Amino acid sequence: MAQLKINGKIVDIDVDGATPLLWVLREQLGLTGTKYSCGIGLCGSCTVHINGEAVRSCIVSVSSLDTSKDITTIEGLSSDNRHPVQQAWKELDVPQCGYCQPGIIMSAAALLKNNPDPSDADIDANVTNICRCGTFNRVRRGIHLAADITKRGRS
Amino acid sequence: MKNEIINVSRREFFISSSKVGAGFTLGLYLSGCSEDAADVAKVAGDVVTGKIAQVPEVNAWVMIQPDDTVIIRIARSEMGQGTLTGLAQMVAEELECDWSKVTTEYPTPGQNISRGNVWQSFATGGSQGIRGSHLYVRKGGAVARHMLIEAAAEKWDVAMAECKAANSVITHEPSGRTTTYGNVATYAAGLFPPEQIELKDPKDWKLIGQPVKRLDTDDKLNGKQIYGADLTLPGMLNASIKACPVFGGKLKSFDASKVSNMPGVRNVVAVNDDAVAVVADTWWQANTALDKLPITWDEGPNANVSSASIDKMLNEGLTSKDKVFVGNQNGDVNKALKGATKVVEATYRYPYQNHATMEPMNATALWTKDKCEVWCPTQNGTAALEAAAKAADLPVEQCDVYKLHLGGGFGRRGFQDYVTRAVSLAKQLPGTPVKLLWTREEDMAQGRYHPITKCKMVGGLDDKGNLTGMHIRISGQSILAAVNPKWMNNGADIFTFQGMLPEGDHAISYSVPNLLVDHAMRNPPVPPGFWRGVNANQNAIYMESFIDELAHAAGKDPLAFRQRLMAKQPKSLAVLNAVAKKAGWGKPAEKGVYRGLSVFKAFASYVAACAEVSVDDKGQLKIHRIVAATDPGYAVNPQQIEAQVEGSFVFGLSALLYGECTVKGGAVEQSNFHDYPSMLIKGMPKVDVIVMPSGGFWGGVGEPTIAVAAPAVLNAIFAATGKRIRQFPLMNVDLRAG
Repeated sequence: MAQLKINGKIVDIDVDGATPLLWVLREQLGLTGTKYSCGIGLCGSCTVHINGEAVRSCIVSVSSLDTSKDITTIEGLSSDNRHPVQQAWKELDVPQCGYCQPGIIMSAAALLKNNPDPSDADIDANVTNICRCGTFNRVRRGIHLAADITKRGRS
Repeated sequence: MKNEIINVSRREFFISSSKVGAGFTLGLYLSGCSEDAADVAKVAGDVVTGKIAQVPEVNAWVMIQPDDTVIIRIARSEMGQGTLTGLAQMVAEELECDWSKVTTEYPTPGQNISRGNVWQSFATGGSQGIRGSHLYVRKGGAVARHMLIEAAAEKWDVAMAECKAANSVITHEPSGRTTTYGNVATYAAGLFPPEQIELKDPKDWKLIGQPVKRLDTDDKLNGKQIYGADLTLPGMLNASIKACPVFGGKLKSFDASKVSNMPGVRNVVAVNDDAVAVVADTWWQANTALDKLPITWDEGPNANVSSASIDKMLNEGLTSKDKVFVGNQNGDVNKALKGATKVVEATYRYPYQNHATMEPMNATALWTKDKCEVWCPTQNGTAALEAAAKAADLPVEQCDVYKLHLGGGFGRRGFQDYVTRAVSLAKQLPGTPVKLLWTREEDMAQGRYHPITKCKMVGGLDDKGNLTGMHIRISGQSILAAVNPKWMNNGADIFTFQGMLPEGDHAISYSVPNLLVDHAMRNPPVPPGFWRGVNANQNAIYMESFIDELAHAAGKDPLAFRQRLMAKQPKSLAVLNAVAKKAGWGKPAEKGVYRGLSVFKAFASYVAACAEVSVDDKGQLKIHRIVAATDPGYAVNPQQIEAQVEGSFVFGLSALLYGECTVKGGAVEQSNFHDYPSMLIKGMPKVDVIVMPSGGFWGGVGEPTIAVAAPAVLNAIFAATGKRIRQFPLMNVDLRAG
């Protein structure tokens, strides 16, 4: 039995401690926005935030977590698409099939939280998700637009 | 182009009118499941009866709610390519409805059968989504508009000719009276459709051609979009599967006792004669147990097949006279080559590729002795239904398939093997829904791989550097021989010659005097499949690299050399000239940056690219920019075409840079993205897209441009380094100049 803090709520989980966070989210909590694709931490489809950092949840075992770790999933970013990254993605029609997008959006949101005005090189270094549809140029524009939206919101 | 007048079949009317108010059941009812099931299923794609059953269906394509919400039915599958939005634009164009109130839904392939194929093709491949259905979906919108106007006119007791519709509002022009589609939809649904309907002249289109936003974005931004892998049904169990990794091998035995006590495990079952699956409460439990399951395979006759043995087979075909099929021939190539001042020869090779959709293969099935239902991401609902019925051992009428948006398709989900697996498994657990999700490793091992070919090109030049003849010998695998022999022509696979045929959707872009294009069919025991762009990918590399080789051997500018051969291909010439102009061909590039060109015709569209690359002294390649032009005839949604061009480049360049499935012991060696990498954002070039629809024909969008990215980059690498790369992927090649 483990206790986790997910999207601001404390939840009790009864699974084997070796179970990856990804499968706890998907199969115990019904948070299926976080996707399975590679299972070995390479593609980024399962990206969530742990204490504000982008983490690949398919290689984080539930036994390494407790309620001191603030876990945010795509569902917790905002359910009404008001987060600046979601707004920018909508404005630019970024997703194609969309399967990798929750992971890319979470990577982008974590980058912008730590670096409100990232350069292209910052984006290259921090957004290492695989997208087979090939949305990368719109992802890049989307991150810059989200940075602008955030700035406008503050001014 | 004049307006098209189309007959409306009476049968279509009777089928659709008889359904009005009869509870048009979209998606699902779940035999024996609770109301919760309906809620779950609604989330799973808005495919539940309930509310939708009350919506007046004007015709098969259009339903309109009293609040003017328009629900447009989409038979083809959305897998990211934007076809759902494009098709809706075409229906809405003729319907004259308020675009802001348009939503969509998938009819099921089972309903299509029971309604006499009213939605026609569900197949989504070959870049056919728009070009293969534009006529009948526009007709669907036009007929519905006619019926709605007629309904208003009858209610007002005025002449229909005095009424006009725009933006979902019908106006009686002499009196100024208005009503909305929502007000008259129920009445319209009971009317006869017109016997003939006139479609708009393309010059009058208001919505087709506009860069409107996609209709399917919102739920993709917050995790609400349910893909096949995400589906949950009440009482559902989860399964992970392992099939014999050696192609053609069988399952010999497995020891279930070693895993049956593991947490959550419910069953360990053989699936067909070549696979075994663990069924558990959760997928993680199922897969954990499967990893521990002792399995013995009968590897069968292909256990010694390797990349080397396949290469040997293909090498033999490069010069053989056995099993050779001609795809294009004119003049006398042997005579031309004998008489040439200079003969240029080169052999290229293109490896196996996996589709590697981000969402691994999956399907959920529920089987009982008299009904079988499947929820799955498929590129072909009808084929999925047929596969389900066969595996279920039930008549098609007792089965149905509920489609979900695809987490990528690229051709892989045109094959229904994962549906067969899911149903074969569910049949062993009657009454229990089972979700079968493949691991990435299983997805890599059980692909339908882009076929392997080699190509020997021989070209002759005269003393002025003009091309006098060319022999293109393709040696390698036929997709149709493995997938659909019925489509073959006297043993030949015409798809092998994409972009090299005398005419049609895949015509050669040049007039070559004395040409022979032939194919020595060599079929290794690795299952081939349609892979985005199909054979246009490597054929464009072969043709466009070699044309570049010939230009350099002739001492000619690669653009001028091509232009000279294109006098009879004005649309191909136009896209080539467009990229050359936009890229600044002939003018110096930035220091250290070099350019390469390519042009091709594929899936009925004319496409060209100019790549700009640099290669540093360590051999590190950087692709700075690709200028791309496409003439698809009509551009339904230009911003989505841009997205497809950029996306196709990522797919094609990932293959060029990293993609290769090698074979050892009769199995594919690569297992995940560590040894089958894909391009990341840092490798993505700037892409300038020129969309230049010239009208009068309908070409594809999703696939054609993939063909030109790789050869343009290869020709630019040659310009930068003097190295002509003929084996791929590039990650295995030393690109340092010299």
